[in-house]
Amino acid sequence: MTPASARIILICSGKGGVGKTTLTANLGIALARLGERTVVLDADFGLRNLDLLLGLENRIVYTAQEVLAGSCRLEQALVKHKLEPNLSLMPAGNPRMLEWLTPDDMKTVANLVAERADYVLIDCPAGVEQGFKNAAAACREAIVITTPEMSAVRDADRVIGLLNTQGIQPVQLVLNRVRPKMVANQEMLAVDDVTDILALPLLGLVVEDEQVIVSTNRGEPLTLNGTGSPAARAYVNVARRLRGEGVPLIDPSKQRRGLRARLMAKLRNSGNS
Amino acid sequence: MTLIDFMQRLLGREKPSGTLARERLQLVLAHDRSDLNPELLEQMRKEILEVVQKYVEIDLESGDVSLETGDRVTALVANLPIRRARPLVLPGTGGGSVPAPPESGPVAGAGA
Repeated sequence: MTPASARIILICSGKGGVGKTTLTANLGIALARLGERTVVLDADFGLRNLDLLLGLENRIVYTAQEVLAGSCRLEQALVKHKLEPNLSLMPAGNPRMLEWLTPDDMKTVANLVAERADYVLIDCPAGVEQGFKNAAAACREAIVITTPEMSAVRDADRVIGLLNTQGIQPVQLVLNRVRPKMVANQEMLAVDDVTDILALPLLGLVVEDEQVIVSTNRGEPLTLNGTGSPAARAYVNVARRLRGEGVPLIDPSKQRRGLRARLMAKLRNSGNS
Repeated sequence: MTLIDFMQRLLGREKPSGTLARERLQLVLAHDRSDLNPELLEQMRKEILEVVQKYVEIDLESGDVSLETGDRVTALVANLPIRRARPLVLPGTGGGSVPAPPESGPVAGAGA
């Protein structure tokens, strides 16, 4: 159990509503199911939602704030997931205490939970102000998530610039909510457009999937039930790539080219599995 | 995509919105990354043109100085079609004559 071996990964986007928390929850579950001891740290405590997505909203008693103040033990603040014991949630604080947290506090909390984890995922608040600075101070690497929309890509670019100036490495990209049909019709930024513009290695590609909303309603991340839906498959693949597995990335908008191309792709896939 | 949109595009009248988004993004990111506001950029453009005009006669109408971006690197790209070089006296060798000021440019070569 060496603290240095845990990977502390920031999940950020700049813009709100592009899927940071959903990615954190699903990636957390997926990593836990792959046998990694994982802690998800909700740094967005002004508007916290990670507990909701994980279905743990009724189990939070203590937060990192009490741990730092010494009024509870670390184990008391870590909320273990009911179905996936390898995953724990650490809420950073409660919404009434917005000012207490400093970058050093965040660093202390992240390093504390890192002592008993293989992966620490930090769910970053939107924006590039203090909340982002706090969360970024604690991480060692980062995943930037964006959607193929101009505003999201622009904000992601700004965040990448800030991560670069802080020397955070590696920074990888997850492209969320891709609509293959629209991309094929050139009515949406293509995957290559976004990766060219942001110049980051692509860690994952998530297509628009209604099941994401259903899973949020239930408080059960999609990856809990394996790889039943396209988005769940994508999140699991992100987890596997993060661990260094060579899972090929397939651009769904390029798969619609023609019958022959589709047949060939199908044959190739069936040959692999 | 409606049928009308499709026809427009088929006829080459309208760019697909995805392409438009990419182009607009590249432009706005070039500015974001360089931290230059449009006013400063315009001032720089003017000064660059003045300097260039001291040496060569350029086509101001089709000239263009802009920021371009790719791979997280922003480049200042100047595209200045040269009409002709000005008769130039190199500093040091000359007997006091200076390159023509920009305003008198078109006159200096042809009219005299």
